[in-house]
Amino acid sequence: MAITMTEAAARHVKDQLDKRGKGVGIRVGVRTSGCSGMAYVLEFVDQKQDGDISFEHHGVEVHSDEKSLAYLDGTELDFVKEGLNEGFQFNNPNAASECGCGESFNV
Amino acid sequence: MSLLQISEPGQAPEPHQQKRAVGIDLGTTNSLVATVRSGSTDTLTDLEGRHILPSVVRYTESGIEVGHEAWAHAVEDSLNTIVSVKRLMGRGLKDVSTLGGVLPYQFAESESRMPLIQTRKGAFSPVEISAEILRTLAERASESLGGELDGAVITVPAYFDDGQRQATKDAARLAGINVYRLLNEPTAAAVAYGLDEGAEGVIAVYDLGGGTFDISVLRLNKGVFEVMATGGDSALGGDDFDKVLAGWILDQAGIGHDALESGSHRAVMVEARRAKEALTDNDTVSVSHGDWSGEVTKALFNELVEPLVTKTLRSFKRALRDGGVKARDLQEVVMVGGSTRVPLVRDKVAELAGKEPLTSIDPDRVVAMGAARQANALAGNKSADEMLLLDVIPLSLGLETMGGLMEKVIHRNTTIPVSRAQEFTTYKDGQTAMAVQVLQGERELVNDNRSLARFELRGIPPLPAGSAKIRVTFQVDADGLLSVSAEELSTGVSSSVVVKPSYGLSDDEITRMLRDSQTSAASDRDARKLREQEVEADRLGEALAVALDTDGKALLSEEEFSALVSDLRNLKSVRGSGDADAIKVEIERVAKASDAFAARRMNQGIRNALSGHKIDEFKES
Repeated sequence: MAITMTEAAARHVKDQLDKRGKGVGIRVGVRTSGCSGMAYVLEFVDQKQDGDISFEHHGVEVHSDEKSLAYLDGTELDFVKEGLNEGFQFNNPNAASECGCGESFNV
Repeated sequence: MSLLQISEPGQAPEPHQQKRAVGIDLGTTNSLVATVRSGSTDTLTDLEGRHILPSVVRYTESGIEVGHEAWAHAVEDSLNTIVSVKRLMGRGLKDVSTLGGVLPYQFAESESRMPLIQTRKGAFSPVEISAEILRTLAERASESLGGELDGAVITVPAYFDDGQRQATKDAARLAGINVYRLLNEPTAAAVAYGLDEGAEGVIAVYDLGGGTFDISVLRLNKGVFEVMATGGDSALGGDDFDKVLAGWILDQAGIGHDALESGSHRAVMVEARRAKEALTDNDTVSVSHGDWSGEVTKALFNELVEPLVTKTLRSFKRALRDGGVKARDLQEVVMVGGSTRVPLVRDKVAELAGKEPLTSIDPDRVVAMGAARQANALAGNKSADEMLLLDVIPLSLGLETMGGLMEKVIHRNTTIPVSRAQEFTTYKDGQTAMAVQVLQGERELVNDNRSLARFELRGIPPLPAGSAKIRVTFQVDADGLLSVSAEELSTGVSSSVVVKPSYGLSDDEITRMLRDSQTSAASDRDARKLREQEVEADRLGEALAVALDTDGKALLSEEEFSALVSDLRNLKSVRGSGDADAIKVEIERVAKASDAFAARRMNQGIRNALSGHKIDEFKES
């Protein structure tokens, strides 16, 4: 079970952690809500929590938990630019369908 | 497809966190507020289910009444009940005195030359009075939507000038409303009909409201509305229909028009309006005033208002002519404003346009609904692909570069809002300041364009020519407000200026500037080519002179040295020849001749850098 990250995503996470001035990595997860059932969580991590499952990619710590991993296994976190807009995108092989805006999905 | 951002721990937002955004039609006679909920647009009602809020404000002993309540007292308390305040927005006392005959108020002067209306609670400006209407609508909206509003799009007539637009924004600020942008009423109406998503082509918006008539010819091109021509009459509307009918009633009743006191004046206007509205579905209506009573037929009413309708059609034809469009080219005509319910108006417009106008959306609500769609998009409730693109910049924006050339950063007809950045560099060694001249126009040379602003970026670190990186960012917001900033990237020093590109430029001027750029395209291109070569010759000459000065004697034989000095002299004389091709040839020749010298300088530079160091120090660290 694993979550990976593109180099571009890792670079931006590092930049943002630097700018923020604290934090050990990021947390990726899912929770139930949104129009398609599940919504992604993407947050900074200040402290590792009990039960966290952690990975490292391109020097960035990625934390998740067992429950989320059930939905995220094999997911690649990417950083994309669309015109003036830029941000992270989950490429999740488990997602059977996404809502139009990509903020939520189901499996 | 929306992209995610990293949130603070535990604060990832719920998906689809909708912003509460509304569209407000602040009308002369009536105002409305609309929003988009779960994908559909509708106007919001008050507790009694009424969509329309009469644009009427009454100052009572105990407070302020707005809308229907105020309107109910319009007759008995006319001096303290303000109607049609939009007519006064952004106007001076002098303009108002020309309207004075129809406005039953007592005006007072203010220090700012803004007319103040004297009421029992004191004197109020049109901005303050409009703010009361906006506040009432905003309260209604935040109650219906369950929270504070994030922002609003407020519509204004296309002919509103800067002062009137600013007055509208000020009123919104007084009412505590965050204005995403002002939107032209005809554009809002076209958006409400979804014409922005439809086929490309030319449409006209015929807007006959209570107090204003506005005709706009728009061209829809790739989802963008370009305003081709506007026309109208800021003092012609349904109120005037009421007035001619009221005049007829007074004549029939044998009462002089001027001898009326305010209260009685208002009473006959209310009666005339009632009769007009009833005549939409009836052929005969009975009317009364004081002791007199009688009948009005549809035919008589049509006869009375026909000169007014004809006046609107003249404006319509003129707008078509200005836009260079034939009536038969019109893809659609959108009807806006309560007065377009008058059957004579619909018939005459259909006759002129050669097709039935669009009337399926309530003409009183259509503008507010279009504004709501735009507000929804601007609030970020829609994804970027669905974003409505409505306005374009009329002329390119750019800045002056070396040699008096204009470098375009944002090209004309780019949709706004837009942000574009371009990197520039220094021209001379050790240059520590850069002047940024902001230009508008289509021509190649600075002098042929219009200068909008000028500012300086200081504190650039002294570096060799071409090494400093200066990023200049042009940003035009949704209201057409341009801001330009320049930042030196290694030190972060920055400087900026805000300008309003359209200010002071009339449509005629824009047209002329566009025409000039086409007729002089060839000479402009040649001028640019020459300037570019001249600048390049200067740059090479400068660099070579500096190099000869510092290293020439050490690295070159005497022959080589004097050969390069004479090359340099030749370059300078050819540079002044005014022949772009000759300069180009000379530049290439001199560049080639000095190649060996440049290579020797580089080798020497490396030697200097390496000498005194051990080889280990250069191993991968």
